Amino acid sequence: MVDIPEHLLKRAAQARAKALGISVEKALAEMKGQEDPTIVSKEPEVIAFEEVPTPAAETPAPVTETPVPVTETPAPAAETISPVKEEHAAETTEKVAAVKIEQKPPAAKAPAPAKVDTPDEVDFAPEVKVTQRLLTVVKAKPIQKPVSEPVDKVNTWPHLMLPEFVSLMAMTAFLILLSAILQAPLLEEANPNVTPNPAKAPWYFLGLQELLSYWDPQIAGVMIPLVLGVVVWMAFPYIDRNPETHPSKRKFAIMFYTFFLAGAGVLTIIGVLFRGPGWNWTYPWIDGIWFDDLLDWIHFE
Amino acid sequence: MQKLSLRDRIKEARVSATDSFRGGKLMSSIFRPGSPFRKGYVDSPRNRSYVVMNNVLYHLHPVKVKRHGVRLSYTLCLGGLSFFLFIVLTITGIWLMFYFRPTELAYVDIQALQTDIAFGSLVRNMHRWGAHLMVLVVFLHMSRVFYHGAYKAPREFNWVIGVILLLLTLLLSFTGYLLPWDQLAIWAVTVGGNMAGYTPVIGAQAKFGLFAGLEATTATLLRFYVLHVLFLPFIIVIFMAVHFWRVRKDGGISGPL
Ligand code: HEM
Repeated sequence: MVDIPEHLLKRAAQARAKALGISVEKALAEMKGQEDPTIVSKEPEVIAFEEVPTPAAETPAPVTETPVPVTETPAPAAETISPVKEEHAAETTEKVAAVKIEQKPPAAKAPAPAKVDTPDEVDFAPEVKVTQRLLTVVKAKPIQKPVSEPVDKVNTWPHLMLPEFVSLMAMTAFLILLSAILQAPLLEEANPNVTPNPAKAPWYFLGLQELLSYWDPQIAGVMIPLVLGVVVWMAFPYIDRNPETHPSKRKFAIMFYTFFLAGAGVLTIIGVLFRGPGWNWTYPWIDGIWFDDLLDWIHFE
Repeated sequence: MQKLSLRDRIKEARVSATDSFRGGKLMSSIFRPGSPFRKGYVDSPRNRSYVVMNNVLYHLHPVKVKRHGVRLSYTLCLGGLSFFLFIVLTITGIWLMFYFRPTELAYVDIQALQTDIAFGSLVRNMHRWGAHLMVLVVFLHMSRVFYHGAYKAPREFNWVIGVILLLLTLLLSFTGYLLPWDQLAIWAVTVGGNMAGYTPVIGAQAKFGLFAGLEATTATLLRFYVLHVLFLPFIIVIFMAVHFWRVRKDGGISGPL
């Protein structure tokens, strides 16, 4: 038999205790076979309802033999609880299929003795008249299968929007401050006849410019590797088929990107700080910096 | 009844006036139910949902997000900041357009902006440093996405869109670089354009198309200006919309690791 979960057992005991008018602990003990079952002389009212076309018989007889008082409320004469309804109620509230033991059909009783074969089995004392007993535990199963597992979520407002707002404000403050102290460069007017030496690209292309300076671009055909690089970079998710996301399980990818970052960083820093006239190597602390983007900042010191 | 002090009576009048204004027809026509600007807003789970759901923000954010996703340490807000910098650049850029002509006068206009126009220098600086910052932040955002493996299924295509966004960001920055029409601008762009010229087979055509001629002239300036203020922003906004939409449709933020 199924292992009955503790909480269901407790609910069944509560129901039994209520039906018989005994304490819950006692009912539980009885169900586990640790105590003698309570004997109730009175017929369970449901049975009376099912048997009877004569409602007069239903009036509760005063209980005398029971050691514990029975506090069962008498069923009203015009009993309306249909067995179906009651069963339904039991099923939905308890998630336990309750089966009524009736006296008339002995077949209903039959399976009970057969089950008393394991010692740890819950004993419902079938010789006692009980209104309900725990036959089996039906696991709650939804009609539709959920496709995804529930996720731990929080409200966007305020838990996401507030941090967003704060970082937005911080960024604005930072940008205004930066713009107030750092003047954007404006050199002499454009003159196609005067080539500055060195002529540098914007900083985000300086790594590239540095790289290109190693080859004669006309020969090396630099644009092909460049365009290929961008295409490969776009296709990267389709190339990297490793489904793992944890860094320890994608060491190669992590290493690859870190090398790329380091390389790009080094090339850019060389391009920004260590290249002077004629694209010759210079030391910023000896020869100065040729990087007009930060003109104001350089002259600042 | 207890007699109220003048101060309390003023307070009461003020409260009832604001209440009848906030609860009035005008405010409730502007703000949808659940808005904190309406009368009687209380902080409840239902109203927290309404703040997003009954709001234009619903286009950007779902009502609920994964708990780990709101930790600042997960995204570092880098994608959001890229977007926000784009907005700052749009606002300051439109402001700059009032004072800028993409002709021989471009340089003079920038000079005037720096010296004659109130806040001109500040706004120009914000636009320029903001642009540099955006390139940096987008790059960092890409790095964070890579290190989280956030480009993996089902987010492969959003990475493709992301690379396009990166290219568009670089192009926006690069076309803007020419506009001040000073020596820095023209020669940086010349260097960049010459790189395009090294493309095999179509190099000369690529360079000619970029420069609108053989070298950087005012025709190049006009071309870059139109690309910078109209064409590229238009394209990038479309790709951003798809990008944000895919973030949601791919199941929100990735992870946790
Ligand atoms: C203009 C540039 C960009 C903007 C405004 C932008 C914006 C955003 C935003 C707001 C998010 C939500 C999560 C977050 O904040 O991290 C996001 C996620 C994402 N972005 Fe971007 N992004 C940009 C560029 C890029 C680039 C260059 C890439 C990669 C090449 C990229 C790939 C992704 C991916 C794969 C996600 C999903 C990440 C996840 O689910 O954890 N984006 N982006």
